[in-house]
Amino acid sequence: MTQQPATVLQSLNMGLEQALEDDQRVILLGEDLLDPYGGSFKVTRGLSSKFPERVMTTPISEAGITGIAGGMALRSLRPVVEIMFGDFTTLIADQVINHLTKFNAMYHGQGDAPVIIRTPMGGRRGYGPTHSQSLEKYFLGVPGLTVLAPFHLMGDHPLGLPGWLLDHAITTTTSPVLFVENKLQYLLKLATPADLTEFDVRDASKGSGLPYPFYQLSLRSAPAPQVTLAAYGYMAKLAMDAMTALAYEQEIFCELLVPTQLAPFELSPLFSSVGKTHRLLTIEEGTPSSGWGAEVLARTTETLGGGLSRAIRLGAKGVVVPASPQLEADCLPDTADIIACVQEMV
Amino acid sequence: MDKNARLYQQMVHIRQFESLLLNQFSTGIFSGTTHTSLGQEANAVGVLSHLAENDVVVSNHRCHGHFLAYGGDPTALYAELMGKPGGVCGGVGGSQHLHWRNFYSSGVQGGTVAMAAGMAMAEARLDSGAIVVDFLGDGTLGEGIVYECLNMISLWQAPILLVLENNHIAQTTPAHLAVAGSIPERFEAFGIPTTHIDSSDILEILPLAGELVHKVRSQRTPQALVIETARLGTHSKGDDTRSADALAELWQTRDPVAIQAARLPEVERSAIDQQVAAEIRAAFDEALAMEGGQA
Repeated sequence: MTQQPATVLQSLNMGLEQALEDDQRVILLGEDLLDPYGGSFKVTRGLSSKFPERVMTTPISEAGITGIAGGMALRSLRPVVEIMFGDFTTLIADQVINHLTKFNAMYHGQGDAPVIIRTPMGGRRGYGPTHSQSLEKYFLGVPGLTVLAPFHLMGDHPLGLPGWLLDHAITTTTSPVLFVENKLQYLLKLATPADLTEFDVRDASKGSGLPYPFYQLSLRSAPAPQVTLAAYGYMAKLAMDAMTALAYEQEIFCELLVPTQLAPFELSPLFSSVGKTHRLLTIEEGTPSSGWGAEVLARTTETLGGGLSRAIRLGAKGVVVPASPQLEADCLPDTADIIACVQEMV
Repeated sequence: MDKNARLYQQMVHIRQFESLLLNQFSTGIFSGTTHTSLGQEANAVGVLSHLAENDVVVSNHRCHGHFLAYGGDPTALYAELMGKPGGVCGGVGGSQHLHWRNFYSSGVQGGTVAMAAGMAMAEARLDSGAIVVDFLGDGTLGEGIVYECLNMISLWQAPILLVLENNHIAQTTPAHLAVAGSIPERFEAFGIPTTHIDSSDILEILPLAGELVHKVRSQRTPQALVIETARLGTHSKGDDTRSADALAELWQTRDPVAIQAARLPEVERSAIDQQVAAEIRAAFDEALAMEGGQA
């Protein structure tokens, strides 16, 4: 790599390039991936020029390309599928739930299917009801499926954390992975240590046996945190903004836990934090009913019992995501909503 | 043993395996469900006789015949159907989800076509020389993913032989209530060369399938074979709504085992029947004696 990535988008693009360079079995499939267009959100830009044989543009056939990727993986390729909008993951649900994630178990350990499915979720772009949702909750808890979500950290990774996470998943997984990106997260600058002067950032997965990073962010030189925030992806960025605002303006101190592996649920660092704060706010962009936060909260309650005294699940309103910018803003959770929830809890 | 006798033996092997399975199902030895291929044995033997060592086979819910014609072990298959650890897939897969060497089956209609298409594309990319044979049925044609995959199979010229066994009935629904238009033209519309045969005769199916396997292997491009066939048994265990007369006529005119039996001297045919019956019974007994199974 000749240059360091500046944004999540660049980091992901470099992660894909690294995977293609490192492993000849890696192949990208998706709609409109070819240069000069390079994919709807440009995550694959430049790759079809560098790897023309291994970047395939496909018909508008989400189920078909996902199923084909499953067949490829069973015969030892490492396919990476781009689903143009996360909303269209409903079209691949049968392939993910009844095919890709079934093979290894139903073939008695003889059906590794290392398929990576990347897709951008999320709204705030005015794309309206069918192009703005965060549907990852429907894929949490599928046996055999790993769900990952990148965090916008540069960290000590040459590719940046998002790109490292993607490259690592593509080149090492033996089972299907849903890699959940977010449309606004693409544009975020990767946070470097210099950008994070207000935060102490610790990767709680280190030494704990968790396979993917799990970040714990606390405010530097602050008193003990009163509320644990749990968030991932783009919502983790909004949670960081809420944390600093709450500290400076109201002297309320929070700790933020950011898993990059959403499923299977591995939450031990979160339990440690809630064990100290006794308060948990889960934050997701999708609707909260039977969602990520619901599962996190259930597991926290199972583990801590009476050690948890107050909890709120924050998410989108339980309606379609409207196209109108004002209506959309009212529907989706933002920094002000996070602040309001924390105030309610302390 | 000459060719006629050998083909008869291979088909009787499947027939007797499945007949014993159906006879024993009511005893409670087997669990879950099963879909037998009575009447379609000539398709399995006729196509799979031409496979090379590395070739891949993808089958569907009605997969026992394909598995046995591929060379699968009847003892392991019986054990799988009994839910035993010694089964093909340790009892996890059951009747519809088999994998052994390069044989794969699965139980959701249509998804197997995607799986097979991806496998053929992988074999082409890896330059293995292997081809993929994918069995599907007329009922599968109701699934949208089939057409997504036919499109990509043709676009990307995957080395695959698609074998459509049209048994004219999907569970209990006759094809005329479920399939509009022409089946061969479905493949042709995507630019996949298609061969159509109406036969239950192994001596007609075998050479035709041989030509198509050779074409896929040498040209590295897709082919389709549509076989008009007959399901002589029930969909699974006892769900057949066809009239006794209609079934009797099918047994009289479309039984591939009987068609081939007529070509053998009675003594030879009888000897094969007895030898296969003994082998199948031994496989069943061996599976029955294995550990595990019933809760």
